[in-house]
Amino acid sequence: MTKIQHSTGRSLTRLLTHSMLLCLLMAWGLGINQAAAAAPSEPQAQASSKAEPQAQAEEEPRALLEALDTRSFQAKGDAAQAIAESDAEQKTRWLQALLDGRLGKERRGERFYIVTDDNGREWPIIDAITFEDAGTGTRRTVEAFKINNDLRTRIQGLLASLSLSAGDEASRLAAAERLVGEVTADNADSVRAMRDDEESQSVRGQLDLALALYDVQQGDIDALDTLRGNLDTRVRNTLTPIAAGDSELAAEAQSVLGGIESKRAWYDRAQTLFFGLSAGSILVLAAIGLAITFGVMGVINMAHGELIMIGAYTTWMIQQALPGQPGLALALAIPGGFLVAGAFGVVIERTVIRFLKGRPLETLLATFGLSLILQQLVRSVFSPLNRRVTSPDWLQGAWQINEALSLTLNRLAVLLFCLVVFAGLWALMRYTRLGLEVRAVTQNRAMARAMGVRATRVDMLTFGLGAGVAGLAGVALSQLTNVGPNLGQGYIVDSFLVVVFGGVGNLWGTLVAGMSLGVINQVLQPWVGAVLAKIIVLVGVILFIQKRPQGIFAPKGRTS
Amino acid sequence: MTTQTLLHERDRSRQAFLSRSTLLTSLVLIVGMLVVLVLNALPESSAWHVSNATVSLLGKYFTYMLLALAVDLIWGYLGILSLGHGAFFALGGYAMGLYLNAQTSPLPGWQSIMTYFPVAALAVLLAPGLLALVFGWLAFRSRVTGVYFSIITQALTFALMLAFNRNEMGMGGSTGLTRFYELLGFSLASEGMTVALFVASGMAVLLAFWLCRAITVSRLGRVSVATRDAEARVRFIGYRVDHVKLALFVVSAMIAGVAGALYVPQVGIINPSTFAPLFSIEVVVWVALGGRATLYGALLGALVVNYLKTVLTGVMPDAWLFILGGLFVLVTMLLPQGIAGVISTWRGKRHDGEEQDRQEVSA
Repeated sequence: MTKIQHSTGRSLTRLLTHSMLLCLLMAWGLGINQAAAAAPSEPQAQASSKAEPQAQAEEEPRALLEALDTRSFQAKGDAAQAIAESDAEQKTRWLQALLDGRLGKERRGERFYIVTDDNGREWPIIDAITFEDAGTGTRRTVEAFKINNDLRTRIQGLLASLSLSAGDEASRLAAAERLVGEVTADNADSVRAMRDDEESQSVRGQLDLALALYDVQQGDIDALDTLRGNLDTRVRNTLTPIAAGDSELAAEAQSVLGGIESKRAWYDRAQTLFFGLSAGSILVLAAIGLAITFGVMGVINMAHGELIMIGAYTTWMIQQALPGQPGLALALAIPGGFLVAGAFGVVIERTVIRFLKGRPLETLLATFGLSLILQQLVRSVFSPLNRRVTSPDWLQGAWQINEALSLTLNRLAVLLFCLVVFAGLWALMRYTRLGLEVRAVTQNRAMARAMGVRATRVDMLTFGLGAGVAGLAGVALSQLTNVGPNLGQGYIVDSFLVVVFGGVGNLWGTLVAGMSLGVINQVLQPWVGAVLAKIIVLVGVILFIQKRPQGIFAPKGRTS
Repeated sequence: MTTQTLLHERDRSRQAFLSRSTLLTSLVLIVGMLVVLVLNALPESSAWHVSNATVSLLGKYFTYMLLALAVDLIWGYLGILSLGHGAFFALGGYAMGLYLNAQTSPLPGWQSIMTYFPVAALAVLLAPGLLALVFGWLAFRSRVTGVYFSIITQALTFALMLAFNRNEMGMGGSTGLTRFYELLGFSLASEGMTVALFVASGMAVLLAFWLCRAITVSRLGRVSVATRDAEARVRFIGYRVDHVKLALFVVSAMIAGVAGALYVPQVGIINPSTFAPLFSIEVVVWVALGGRATLYGALLGALVVNYLKTVLTGVMPDAWLFILGGLFVLVTMLLPQGIAGVISTWRGKRHDGEEQDRQEVSA
């Protein structure tokens, strides 16, 4: 082949001679191959009698492999089937190697090899029959058996039914799942037999599904009942062409498909709801601290986002200090993030905000300046680059409920964490002395002071509490995204919208507002895109406070 | 109201308008511009020569001063803090950018009307003006004030930044509008154009300063100062507070739009980062540093902070955010009256009635 390719560009005469030569070669090769396919044992018998005397035990395996040495894919498939049905010990490995394109024959000789690693030029090879090390081979010395897509499918089916008949439940289940959509006339009967022998319920279910798909393709209407409500994509893919006709079968398939689609749509909605709630829980965590301080002191802390960032960096630093133990680091980061961010909050309150009492707009500007300083501080001390916080193993991956619905574990954990933090804050506000004083100052500062509440102390503690909750938001956020100096920047506007939407100083309002903004955003996104969804939410909230300036839950009673 | 009180009022207004601070500021502006022009005309070998790059930089400062005036008009005299004035600035800039782009290649769709300078000039005023009208009407009607208003304006400019980042807007997406070559048929790269834009910006500052002065000494201005100090009382007396606020807010937005339109040809680009909340909030610190409710304080603050920024970002770029953040904290805590307040305390007396109002400023 290489020779022909070289010459094509050069001259017509050479091309002609070579192509004639090639034709001859091909005709010869085909003849040999057909002979080999028709009588596989013949050349093999000659070879073995010539070469090895102890080849008696290899006789049968060799015959099976010889059958693969043919150009016809149909014949190769039959040979693979023969291998699968034989009782050669090596059959699983052969079929796997054939599937991977690593089973081959010596170009000048009669030995069969399995290539164990086909990277690079020199491949380590082993003898296909004895599995003994056979040194190395190259593209020139070993010719791998080629397979096409049909053959690949067939071999996969064979391998699946092989592992179905042997192995533990997990591997049988995996094999049964692979069989779905791969059942053909060739293996239908054997699969059916295996299904009847199968003990495990789940493996049986998969085999039933595989058989039902096959039966439906054969025109069996009753088999459709098994498929009703099944969310497997392969069911949908098989049924779609069948439903296109206008026979009775097609009509029935149509209704099954409709049922599947509507079930799928429901699960999609559940998925969207979950993503919305998890985005909303981040918003709630970010906003709730702001809501408390805004309620009590009437000031907006523009450095709130940077306190979130500090919580996230605390998580990262604790993780750096405890390499290889992300679980422990995360457990320590929760109190750590709260305390560090809370300490920053108390310092900010004592040094800046205290002196700007009664000037909310100037407080806003001063805290904005602080946020710039904190951002640049982190950029100078750590680096402007993003840092990655590794999640512990039990937070990675997803909880696959069914084919259409899977919940990512870290988002689920953040959602639960948010609810726990919310419950904790609510209990604090409801049952403790500090909570009582905070509520009193929120409602009427002057009256609370007249009753003996030390409002300045309440201010300081509230600010520390709000900052600490921001730190907790940072810990949660570090499990979802990378940690960087700009982490908190985007949250101030969103958090404030949540506070305004929910009603100032109202915990329940903040929870409901955060969750609903998260869900609304997530629902809008597929229609209009992420950016436009955000704009619509912004405009929506602006219009909302036209109607209800006090938010969803207006505070009861008189406020000062 | 009798004729006599009316006359008396007009008399008072004229007096206040021609107060010493107005005359002094106008004089400084005019003399400053003339000096720069003369120095620019000197031969390049001269030690006193001011290069074209400097003239262009000063022209840019003028547009910033214009923007600071716009913010001072509503923050100083009306007490509403807009953290989104960069949005009006950017809208004016985009209107100008579209016009400049139309000079080289025809624009698609509705944008093609921007080819004509009068239309573009109108758009520079109307785009920010209409946005301010709609937004202000919604906000003031439902009595959104204080920090609520501030954050909502920040949300507005943030939303616009996101919107202008979208390519579907037809405004060049995140790259924005660039490749400007000609203005009114003259090349933008020419020396004469640099000087002309500098003079135009300077004149715009002077005119806007007089306009703001006229507004603040008029009855409208006095009602607005009263609104700033005791909104509920003004409403009870019978004034439509929301109308007063809306009028000043729209005028302020238009001034910001003109500033943006003058800024774009001198800088050569307008992109969505102008909508960034940080820029809008920086403008506020210019005004805060210069001193609120004095107008000349805003001009001074814009000049000082931007000069500092130009120098410091060149010398030590990492320190700039520290300094800017520190300015925010120091000015609000130690210099609530800004530089203008320091000057008037130092002089030990007040220029005119305006100063007394300024003393009352509480947020």
